[in-house]
Amino acid sequence: MIELIIAERCTHCGECAKICPSNVFDAKPNAPPVIARLEDCQTCFLCELYCKADALYVGADCETANSTTFEGAQASGTLGQYRRESGWDEFDGDARFANEHWRMESVFARARDLARNR
Amino acid sequence: MANAAGDDLEADVLIIGGGVAGTWAAIAAAREGASVILADKGYCGASGVAATAGPGHWWVPPDQRAQAIERRLATCGGLGDRDWMARILDLTWRTLPTLAPYYRFPKDENGVTQFRALRGPEYLRAMRMIVIDHGVTILDQSPALELLRRADGSIVGARGRQRQRHSAWSVRAGAVVLATGGYAFKSRLLGGQTNTGDGHLMAAEAGAEMSGLEFSNFYSIAPARTSMTRSMSYAFARYFDADGRELDIPPGPDNTRDLGRALLQGPLFCRLDRMPEDIRARLSRISPNVPLTFDRLGVDPFKDRFEVTLTAEGTVRGAGGLRILGEDCATNVEGLFAAGDVATRELVAGAMSGGGAVNSSWALSSGQWAGRGAARLAKQLGRRADAPTQAIGEVGLRPKERARDLDPRDIIRQAQKEMLPCDKNLFRFGPTLSASLSRLDRLWEDLRNGLACSGDRAIAAREAAAIVATSRWTYAAALGRDESRGMHVREDTPDEKDGYARRLNVGGLDKIWTKFEADCFSEAAQ
Repeated sequence: MIELIIAERCTHCGECAKICPSNVFDAKPNAPPVIARLEDCQTCFLCELYCKADALYVGADCETANSTTFEGAQASGTLGQYRRESGWDEFDGDARFANEHWRMESVFARARDLARNR
Repeated sequence: MANAAGDDLEADVLIIGGGVAGTWAAIAAAREGASVILADKGYCGASGVAATAGPGHWWVPPDQRAQAIERRLATCGGLGDRDWMARILDLTWRTLPTLAPYYRFPKDENGVTQFRALRGPEYLRAMRMIVIDHGVTILDQSPALELLRRADGSIVGARGRQRQRHSAWSVRAGAVVLATGGYAFKSRLLGGQTNTGDGHLMAAEAGAEMSGLEFSNFYSIAPARTSMTRSMSYAFARYFDADGRELDIPPGPDNTRDLGRALLQGPLFCRLDRMPEDIRARLSRISPNVPLTFDRLGVDPFKDRFEVTLTAEGTVRGAGGLRILGEDCATNVEGLFAAGDVATRELVAGAMSGGGAVNSSWALSSGQWAGRGAARLAKQLGRRADAPTQAIGEVGLRPKERARDLDPRDIIRQAQKEMLPCDKNLFRFGPTLSASLSRLDRLWEDLRNGLACSGDRAIAAREAAAIVATSRWTYAAALGRDESRGMHVREDTPDEKDGYARRLNVGGLDKIWTKFEADCFSEAAQ
């Protein structure tokens, strides 16, 4: 669930509140948004994907929001990971983050071969 | 034009739901010259299960299709339809390349463009842009609450709430396309928390019939207490019990019942050490949100054993939904069309899951057919905006008796107790289903008599009503089909029965009915 909005990074653009599929945030003028309906968070990470400031941290636990701090989130090395590895914004066109989703079919085929030769 | 303000709107066509099917419906209707409004419960572009996943498609070159269809029909339990399969194969093949100006299709090592599988967030972001470029008006964060009906029974719009402006909206339209997705009981399925069956409930209130809701018990593996129901990596899984003993469970994807049985014994753990090194290195480029989840958990899935669970997917990766009566995806209610996962996918998936490829092809195809069908009907009949209408929502909006203090969250928790556990929904027994259905019927009666919410609170009330309604239809259908077929396995009648290769229709609100169709509408698998 959404655990942290990093005020030091947030640019008050309101994008997370706008795009959240389950309407978890309340946007505020000239201030970071507020997590107004935490229990509605579906842990889909899309707010992070749309946050160009990498100011959001969604915990993997979909039942409980842990009290992650800015320092803890930074230490995890995962702030902005989803946006970067999806090749969005400034990472658009970066070969390190190329979209290889199309390989899914061949991955399943490899797994079938492995299972057969088990 | 996006995000129009204004409370009482008019259009030729109203689309309810802005995922894959809804956006394709909007585009197809606009291409027929219709003015179109699309209302999404969340944000068109991020809403729906496809936006969080990576929809593959049923992508088969023309010369291989006859064979692909025969293979698919053989898995359908006699409920698939050859002609509909051919139609979605053809339209998928013609449609995906048209996304190229909006979606950057990658090339493989040989320079061949890969159209088959799309990343969800980028696909839906592209769809939003195309919808806007077709002049469609998008109402974001605008759940529909109920349909509007004319005296002749035809559907001519809907009304709902804009949940960020806390205001009411209504749209009068010549025809309505429901594209609200499958239902999954708020099970924490990735991207599925808004898939509460709102469209099914609204349609049933208009008298729509449903089909195949017994095929609604698909479960997906996920790390315990996470939403990450993306299953590709588990094709390389080993499984262990709480004491670290390896269990004799085959790798995925066809091991759900083994996993279910293990989970009924106790906690279940998994390790992905069979995944080859080169695939591990590529995992974030294939599905970036999968390694993200492991990283946030602090788990190395290739070395560590991590706890896993099964998450109910209801009809999302199931097959049932609103009954489709014609090639334009019309329902049995005049003016009401259905597209994507809210519609039955038995036509193309039969009794098996259409998860992944087939459902994605169905969504983009049925969306276009429903959008075009709605536009043509609207053109033929006109908007009829001056005719008097009635808002026909019942449970949660207009109680039979005096409103009582019922908490929608508590109602949902009670329904989940019947629908999420494997020993009730995956492993189905007649007596267990009957007992669950009785409890759900009593819950419905409480809602029916006393749940009434207004303003924004009506949204949660209608979600609760829809979850209880879809739960009841699910178990009524599971009881009605007292045999086993496809994903619907009745432990008390484990075999297919002769004469049951027919679709099972279900409907009704206070009193639920089920009825087998006489025949499927073209010959089934021979």
